[in-house]
Amino acid sequence: MEDFEPKIIAFLCKWCTYAGADLAGVSRLKFSPNAVPIKVMCSGRVDPSFILDAFAKGADGVLVGGCHPGDCHYAQGNYKTLRRVKLLKMLLKDMGLEEERLRLEWISASEGNKFREVVNDMVVKIKEIGPSPLKMEE
Amino acid sequence: MAANSSSPRVGVFVCHCGSNIAGTVDVEKVAKEISKMEGVAYAGTYIYMCSDPGQKLMRETIEKEKLDRVVVAACSPTLHEKTFRVNSKNAGLNPYQCEIANIREHCSWVHEDKAKATEKAIKITKSIVEKVKNDISLNDIEVPIIKNAVVIGGGVSGIQAALDIANGGYKTYLIERDSSIGGKMAKLSETFPTLDCSQCILTPKMVEAANHPNIELLTYSELEGISGYVGNFKVKIKKKPTSVNWNLCTGCGDCYSKCPVKVPSEFQEGLSKRTAIYTPFPQAVPNKPVIDRENCLYYTKGICKICEKFCKLGAIDFDMQEEIIEVDAGAVLVATGYQEYPLENLSDYGGGRYPNVISGLKFERLLSASGPTGGEIVRPSDGKPVKDIVFVQCSGSRDVEEHKPYCSKICCMYTAKHAMLFKHKVHDGNAYVFYIDVRTAGKDYEEFYYRTTEEDHALYTRGKVSKIFEDGNKVVVWGVDTLTGKKVEVKADLAVLAMAIEPSSGINEIKQKLKISLDENGFLKEAHPKLRPVESMTSGIFFAGTAQGPKDIPESVSQAGAAASKVLSMFSSDFLHKEPLICEINEDICSGCGVCITLCPYGALEAEIKTQDGKEVKRSKLNEALCQGCGTCASACPSGAATMKNDESKNMFKMIEVILE
Repeated sequence: MEDFEPKIIAFLCKWCTYAGADLAGVSRLKFSPNAVPIKVMCSGRVDPSFILDAFAKGADGVLVGGCHPGDCHYAQGNYKTLRRVKLLKMLLKDMGLEEERLRLEWISASEGNKFREVVNDMVVKIKEIGPSPLKMEE
Repeated sequence: MAANSSSPRVGVFVCHCGSNIAGTVDVEKVAKEISKMEGVAYAGTYIYMCSDPGQKLMRETIEKEKLDRVVVAACSPTLHEKTFRVNSKNAGLNPYQCEIANIREHCSWVHEDKAKATEKAIKITKSIVEKVKNDISLNDIEVPIIKNAVVIGGGVSGIQAALDIANGGYKTYLIERDSSIGGKMAKLSETFPTLDCSQCILTPKMVEAANHPNIELLTYSELEGISGYVGNFKVKIKKKPTSVNWNLCTGCGDCYSKCPVKVPSEFQEGLSKRTAIYTPFPQAVPNKPVIDRENCLYYTKGICKICEKFCKLGAIDFDMQEEIIEVDAGAVLVATGYQEYPLENLSDYGGGRYPNVISGLKFERLLSASGPTGGEIVRPSDGKPVKDIVFVQCSGSRDVEEHKPYCSKICCMYTAKHAMLFKHKVHDGNAYVFYIDVRTAGKDYEEFYYRTTEEDHALYTRGKVSKIFEDGNKVVVWGVDTLTGKKVEVKADLAVLAMAIEPSSGINEIKQKLKISLDENGFLKEAHPKLRPVESMTSGIFFAGTAQGPKDIPESVSQAGAAASKVLSMFSSDFLHKEPLICEINEDICSGCGVCITLCPYGALEAEIKTQDGKEVKRSKLNEALCQGCGTCASACPSGAATMKNDESKNMFKMIEVILE
């Protein structure tokens, strides 16, 4: 598994986590290049089907980044996400997908370092458990 | 295939950003890979895409290649999305068919492995190409602007901003949580580098703000909540009960001259006492008292009411309740200022334990002609004159391990001022200053510092203080002179700590209510540190003063003017152009279940009864002006009727696909 590079899709809310990832850039923090960001207006925009679709298409991990509780730019979108992701995790477990593969993290615009830590940590943990069992037959 | 065009012609412009991108990402390779994508008619690179020649190249290429949509692979959209969308518009395209792929902040700046960074940049750009292929042409939504402004914080920044907006002809509500405006500047004795008396330059402005026909002063009030959006905010303001009817009160002072309660005065930094019914200082604006209910005998023990007896006007109202008022505003300006880092946090220096170890702000009150000692410098412990004084710079600032990592910017200059003013008052005294570096970047600042050392003979020692302790009625300061390598011990009558400054308490509440961000040190986070320093990420919310970061008075005043000019330029048109990236309900497939209605945080969706095929059916209906485009409805709609314009689920699936190829 030495050469296994996890593919991670990161859905980042425009107001907090996307800006936090920008800050990581501005601060020139270095981290693993495995997570490819997709900007969403709010973590509440992340339809569970996006996450399922990513796993179906071969993602080894999915990160959803939103604002801290109470900070959501749209008042409560992140609370909806929290509930959706909780339910989805139960479903994914039944599908044989390890818990480490889907992460919901509250990362604010000022937490560039937290973004780096989360991505690095995710890459390490997914490398440990190996490729996603859901990968479609090539 | 694109949804709305038989064959899209996408142009992809990859920016080198000098070496910022090209140093890590092989931009030519990115362009080459992207050019292979279906629908891409052009892919090229340029050293600085945002520069004038870069933008010109884009416009020329759009014309020459007959492009109908554009992707710019460059820096964060936060920085230049607007630039490139305007440029596309000038080339005859729809601005919403221009998208930014962020390959700098999210890629070249955070990775070192060139091959991997290039691979990631290709993926990011591919995903954005997929997005743009499905983007449809959209027009901005026009919304009318309510031309009132709300300014939160009545220090010098808030006052200046309110005056500038009001002078522009617009109604401004100035909210201040204390009973008087003036903020920290009102407490200062004299100001560097001109030694203007702070009161002399500030109080006329305070009066001007209070008397301005366009300014409504709401002191002893706080922001309760806010709803709406840029141009159309509804701001709830809590007016705390003053227990004095200000409409009847003339500010004569009969009440507070008779009040029996004595508690430390906040304005005088605890150097003297105030009564329970009080005005914070004699030049307060408005100069009307409030009752401090935590210390008033009537509220704590149900006795006294002496103030009521002496008030000839019957202005005392013990039953006054808090009041919530709601005002409409097009813009909100945050100028909530700073506070000193608590003295108690510097326990090695005896902060909070020794009466003769005080903060810079307390020393200002000792220096001030309107202070409790009339400007005479005495020891707080026993009122004896001060002969030897030690100033400790960077008390809590520039201390990554223990306290604040940042430089508080104003302390070098105010310490120089303190030492100078001390020497002016105590000619035979000794002023010792411990410093790490002296930073005097400002107009006439270096010259001022030079005067302190050369003409007033303040003794500067380069080194950090390790410990301060009491020895009898003296304070002993232990430090080191790093230039000679020798230990230094100074026995002094008074030690003044140039405390770090931090955002005012309450900034977190303000942040949550306004849905804005703070930086890692708790100051307001601006939309862009260099190019948009007085705007928040949330349109319609602006900043000024020390709430955004440490700064001195000229900078605070400049920033207040800058923020006010942003508000004024917004108010110069009757309509705002709102981004059309909002929800859309496809009535044909809406089942009327109402899930979206309950989810919408803005009440932008409501149920509507329609007649379809002779039957009455329920459908969701969107109010475009209220929708903010978060997409929470779209991700919950079971029938896929609620979608986001240019952010539809099917686009997302395509983006996911190309990233995972």
